[in-house]
Amino acid sequence: MATITLTINGTRRTDTVDPRLLLVQYLREVCRLTGAHVGCETSICGACTVDIDGRAVKSCTALAVQCDGSSVTTIEGLATDGKLHPLQEAFWSEHGLQCGFCTPGMIMSARALLAADRNPSEAAIRHGLEGNLCRCTGYHNIVRAVQAAARAMGQEARA
Amino acid sequence: MSPVTVPKFIGARIKRKEDPRLITGRATYTDDIVLPRMAYVKIVRSTEAHAKLQTVNVAAAKLRPGVIAVITGEDVKDRIAPLPVAHKIADLKVPPHYALARGEVHHVGEAIVAVIAETAAQATDAAEHVVVDYAPLPVVTDVEKAAGGAPFVHADLGTNVAFAFPLKAGDPDAQLARAPVRLKQRIMNQRLIPVAIEPRCVVADYDAGYQKLTLTSTTQIPHLLRLLLGAVLSLPEHKIRVVAPEVGGGFGSKLNFYPEEVLLAHLSQRLGRPLKWTETRTEGFLSTIHGRDQLADVEIGADQDGRLLALKVRLWQDLGAYHQLLTPVIPTLTVLMLPGCYTVKDIEVHLEGVFTNKTPTDAYRGAGRPEATFIIERAMDLIADATGKDPAEVRRINFPPANAFPFVTATGLAYDSGNYQGSLDKLIANAGYAALRKEQVAKRAKGELMGIGLTTYVEVCGLGPSAAMPAGGWEACELEVRRSGKIVVKTGSSPHGQGEETTFAQIAADGFGLTPDDVEVVHGDTDAVAEGIGTFGSRNQAVGGAALARCVETVRTKARRIAAHLLEASVDDIVFADGKLFPKGVPAKAKTFMDIVNVAYLADQLPQEIEPGLSAVHFFEPTNFTFPFGAHLAVVDVDQETGKVTLRRYVAVDDCGKIINPMIVEGQLHGGIAQGVAQALFEEAIYDANGQLVTGELMDYAVPKATFLPSWELDHTVTASPVNVLGAKGVGEAGTIASASAIMNAVVDALKPFGVKHMDMPAKSERVWRAMQGGAR
Amino acid sequence: MIPSAFEYHRASSLSNALALLAEHGEKAKVLAGGHSLLPMLKLRLASPPHLIDVGGVAELRAIARTRDGLVIGALASHADVAASSEVRASHRGLAEAAAAIGDMQVRNRGTIGGSLAHADPAADYPAAVLAFNAEIVARGPKGTRAIKAADFFQGLFTSALRANELITEVRFPETDGAGSAYEKFEQPASGFAVVGVCAQVRLDSSKTVRAVRLAATGVSDRPVRLTAMENLLGGKPWSDQALEAAARQADADLKKVREDLYAKEDYRRHLLRVVARRAAARAVA
Repeated sequence: MATITLTINGTRRTDTVDPRLLLVQYLREVCRLTGAHVGCETSICGACTVDIDGRAVKSCTALAVQCDGSSVTTIEGLATDGKLHPLQEAFWSEHGLQCGFCTPGMIMSARALLAADRNPSEAAIRHGLEGNLCRCTGYHNIVRAVQAAARAMGQEARA
Repeated sequence: MSPVTVPKFIGARIKRKEDPRLITGRATYTDDIVLPRMAYVKIVRSTEAHAKLQTVNVAAAKLRPGVIAVITGEDVKDRIAPLPVAHKIADLKVPPHYALARGEVHHVGEAIVAVIAETAAQATDAAEHVVVDYAPLPVVTDVEKAAGGAPFVHADLGTNVAFAFPLKAGDPDAQLARAPVRLKQRIMNQRLIPVAIEPRCVVADYDAGYQKLTLTSTTQIPHLLRLLLGAVLSLPEHKIRVVAPEVGGGFGSKLNFYPEEVLLAHLSQRLGRPLKWTETRTEGFLSTIHGRDQLADVEIGADQDGRLLALKVRLWQDLGAYHQLLTPVIPTLTVLMLPGCYTVKDIEVHLEGVFTNKTPTDAYRGAGRPEATFIIERAMDLIADATGKDPAEVRRINFPPANAFPFVTATGLAYDSGNYQGSLDKLIANAGYAALRKEQVAKRAKGELMGIGLTTYVEVCGLGPSAAMPAGGWEACELEVRRSGKIVVKTGSSPHGQGEETTFAQIAADGFGLTPDDVEVVHGDTDAVAEGIGTFGSRNQAVGGAALARCVETVRTKARRIAAHLLEASVDDIVFADGKLFPKGVPAKAKTFMDIVNVAYLADQLPQEIEPGLSAVHFFEPTNFTFPFGAHLAVVDVDQETGKVTLRRYVAVDDCGKIINPMIVEGQLHGGIAQGVAQALFEEAIYDANGQLVTGELMDYAVPKATFLPSWELDHTVTASPVNVLGAKGVGEAGTIASASAIMNAVVDALKPFGVKHMDMPAKSERVWRAMQGGAR
Repeated sequence: MIPSAFEYHRASSLSNALALLAEHGEKAKVLAGGHSLLPMLKLRLASPPHLIDVGGVAELRAIARTRDGLVIGALASHADVAASSEVRASHRGLAEAAAAIGDMQVRNRGTIGGSLAHADPAADYPAAVLAFNAEIVARGPKGTRAIKAADFFQGLFTSALRANELITEVRFPETDGAGSAYEKFEQPASGFAVVGVCAQVRLDSSKTVRAVRLAATGVSDRPVRLTAMENLLGGKPWSDQALEAAARQADADLKKVREDLYAKEDYRRHLLRVVARRAAARAVA
C-alpha cells in the first residue's frame, strides 16, 4: 500500500491506496466522485477525462500513486458557488448531451481545448475532442455547445 | 382530439430537465452504486468458439485471497432455468441458453464460471486461476455455409437453421419474366457492435428479511426484466424490484435479458450478499449482443421508366450461437419493410435465421429496418443506373401519392400517413440538388471523385399493437396530481437519453396550465411505476406519450366534473384552458386548477358520486404501428489515391409526425444519422475462421470520432399520425435507418467512372481503393 | 480493467531510478507517462512484479538545443514536443509526428522515451527519429551509450534497450536548414499509423537535393528507411516529376510488408508510395 496526498477540486486529502489503483478508481471508489466514468480500458473513449495540474488526462490511464502531490479537477469541481461553468451551461442549452455518460469527460476535454484556444474553429473543436467518444449526439450539438461556451467565456473575459 | 386548447410547451424547444445532474457529474449510473457488504463478480468466459468443456477446475481459484465463492454451470443447474426468447415464430428451434455454460460452449465470450470476491481486484485475480480444459469442436462462422449443413452449432438440433420465414405477394416470377430491366445483387449488412459508451453493469441485492430481490441494471426494459427474472428464477414477481437508474445509452443492446442479470440475482440470494458485476469493454464486445449481420440475394425487375415491378429476396440472418431476447424477431422486420416507401405489389422474400459460433445478434438501433432500407434503396439506385434515370426521379415514380394513405404495402402493413413527395421535394430544394449535380459534372471532368447519394425511407415504429408484438405492445402511465397542485407522471417508458423527463413534462404541463418544472417524471423503477414495457422501437412518444395523454385527459375530465359541481354547471359546458375552469362564455367565474385540486383532496365539498383525489392510470394500446419517413442526401468526396471517403455534407428532411420538443427530435436524428454513417464508412465486427472476434476492442473497431463526421443539415415536414392523440410517430431510429444507404449510394455514385455498381459496407479506404483497381467486391 | 498486483517504486532521481532498475532488472517495467504500459497492464497482457515510476525525475523533461543538436528529454510529453517552438523551427516533422499521436489527453501524458521504449511498429515517433538520424541515449549500470535510431528498433515491440537501462534523452542532429514533414494515413480506430512517413529534405539554392532522409512506420516490424526513394532523389534537381517517379519506388527495398485489418500488402505498399510522396512534398514546401 502507498500513502498519497492529492488536492481534489481544491481540497487536500491523504489516502492509503493499493499501488495498482487507477486514478479513475481512486476518484470514484475512494473519493466517491463518480462523475468520471469508465467506458473502455484502452484509453480511447475519454469518459474518464479529468484535469491533472492543468492538463486534460484520461484518468483510467494513470495510477493514483503516480498523481501523488498533484492537483486534480473533476466535473464535480467545475461549478463554483452553485454557478455552472459556461461549458456546463452551453452543453445544457445546446442539447450537447443525451444519455450523459460521456458528458463529464467531454466537458473536461472541451475545457482544456478552450484553455489553449479561446476561439477555436469547428475543425479545431472536433480535433480537440478526438479523444472522447459520444454515441448519442453525433457530436453536432457538442460542437455547438463548445462554440457557445467560447462565446460566453469571451464575453465574460471582456466584461 | 387534443388534450389542450392552446399548446404552450408542446412543440417548444425547451432545455432538458434531466441535464443539471448529468452536466455536474451528480447522476447515478449503475456502476456508481455501492452497497454495504457488497461483493464483486468476475465472469470467466470461453476463449473457444465451439468446444466441449472437459473439466472446469475451480479449486485453485477458491483458495485465492478474498474469494467468497466460485460458481459453475453445474452449481446452478437446478436454480436457473434457460434464458427465454420472446417470439411468435412458428416452429422456432430454441437451443437451451444457460446463464453459465454446461458441458459445451458455442461462442467466444460465453460465460462459464462466476468468481465472487470481496473486492473487484480479488475477483479479477482469482478468475485467472480458473482452469478450463476445452476439447475443440468444429466451428462455423459463415452464415451461408452454416445454412447449408454440418458442422452444427447445436448438434442436437441437426441443423443450423432455426427458422424460415417466407412471404409472398402477387406473382413476382411472372413480373420478373416480363420486366425489361432485370438486376441481381448480393447485399450484405455487416455485423456491428452497439458500443453504448456505458458498459453493462448489474447490482443485485436480495434481502432475506423481506424475501425481496432488488436488481439494478443497465436496462431499457425494467418491467420486462422483472417478469423474466421471476420466471427464470421461480421467484414471485411481486417480490422483485428492478431499477434502471441513469442508463448510459442502449441502442437496443440493453433491450435484453442477459445471463449476468439472472446470475447475479440468484447469487445474491444464494450468498446473502449484495453483488456487483461491471463489464469491461473488451468483455462487452463478446458478451453484449451484436447487431445486423444479414446477407441478402436480391432480384429486381423494373420497367424502362424505373418503376419497380418485382422484388425477390433471399435473406440469411446470422443469429450467432443463441437466441437472446428478440434475436429471431429482428430480421422479420426486414421482411415486412422491404417494399420501403414504394408501390411495388409483387414481392417474394424467404428469410432463414441461422446459428453460427458467434455472439448472438439482436436489436441494434433500427433493428431489421436499416437492413430493409439498405436493400430497397440500393435497389432504387441500381434501377436508376440501369435505366439511366436520375435516382430522385426513380424514387418519385414509385411513391404512392399523398392521398393514398393509409397505404397497404405488398407485405401487408398499413402505412398510417405519409407524403413522400413532400419530403423529397424539400430535400432537393434544401440540398441544392441541381447545383450539386452540376458541381459533380465539373469535378468529374477534372478527374475528381464526388458522389451524391439519396435515400427515401419509411420505418415501422411506435411498436406496437400487442397482436404484433412478442411481449405486449402497450405502454402504461400513471398521473398523480399532488395536493400542492404539482404533478407526478409515472411512465413505463424507461428512457436512457431520449429526454422523456422533459417531453412528458411538456405534455402534462400543457394539460393543466402548468410549467414543465411543475411536473416530475418518474421512470425506471418497478416499485415506483407499476407496469410498463420499455424503451425501444422508437415508441416512447407514440405509445408511452399517448398513454400519458390519456391520463391527462382523464384527470382533466375529473377536474371539469368537480368544477361543474362547484359552479353548478353542466360538465359539458365547462371549459378547461390555461389552468382555468369556467362555464363556457363566463370566464369571470373561473376556478383555478389549484382550487379544484384543493377541493379534490379536502373533499368536504365533493358530492357522493365524485371520489376524492385526482389521478389516473392508463394502458395505451395502439391500433397500428406508426410509419415515420423522410428523405436524406449525402455528398462524399473520394481521394482517388488512397480510397479515403470524406463525408462532406449530409442533408435530411424527416417526418416524425407531431413534434413535442424540436431540440430533442434533432438530437435523436443527429445521433441516429451518425450511427448509420458508422455502418456505412467505419464499423465492422470481423470474426476469423476459428470464431475469434478480430475487432475485439476500440483500438480495432472504429466508432466514429468527432473528426470523422460533419455537422448535419436538418429540416422536417409534419404529417400527423392518426394512431395516437399526440400525432407523434417516433424518431429514435430514423436517422440510422436512413443514413447508411444514403452514404453508400453516394460512394457508389462517386465511383461511377470506375464502373462500380455496388459496394459492401463499410466503405473503408482499402475497399474503395480496390474497387477503383477493378476489384470491386 | 484492473492490473495484477505489483510493487511500486517511485524513483526520486535518475541515479535512484538506475539503482532500482539494477535491483529489479528483468522483473521490472519502467513507468513514465504510462500510455503504452498501463493499457497492457489493465488488459493483463503484461504483469510485471515491479513498476519503477520515473515520472518524477524532472531532469529528464527538458527540450534544449545543445552541442549535440536538439535534445529532448525522455519524459517530454508528446504535447510538449508538438508545441515546442525550438522543435518546430528546426525539426517540423518531429513536431508533426508528436502532434499526430493519439489524442489531446494521450499527448498530454505520453512521453517520447516511453513511446520509443515500447517500439510499437505503428507508432509515429519511430519514423521521425529514424528520418532525423537521431540517437537514443540510454543510461545503465555501465554508463551512458547513444544508440543510433537505425540500431535501436529490432523488431515487433523489441528494441536495443537493455532491461537495466533507461532512456534519458533523444538527440536530434541539427538539420542545416533541411525542411521536414510527417504525413500519416491513420488507422481510424486506434489512431496509429497504417502508414506514416517522416521526410527530411535539404535543397540548395539551385533546388538540387543535397540531403534526403525518409523513414516509414507502420509498414514493417520496425521503422524503415526508404532508401530506394532517397537514392533516386539525392543529388538530383528537385521537381514534382522527379518526386513522383521516386515515390513510385518508395517500397522497392521492402521485402515484406505488414498486413492487417486495415491494409493488405499491396494496398499498404501503394499507401506508402502516396504518403512518402506527400511527406517529401510538404518537407520542401
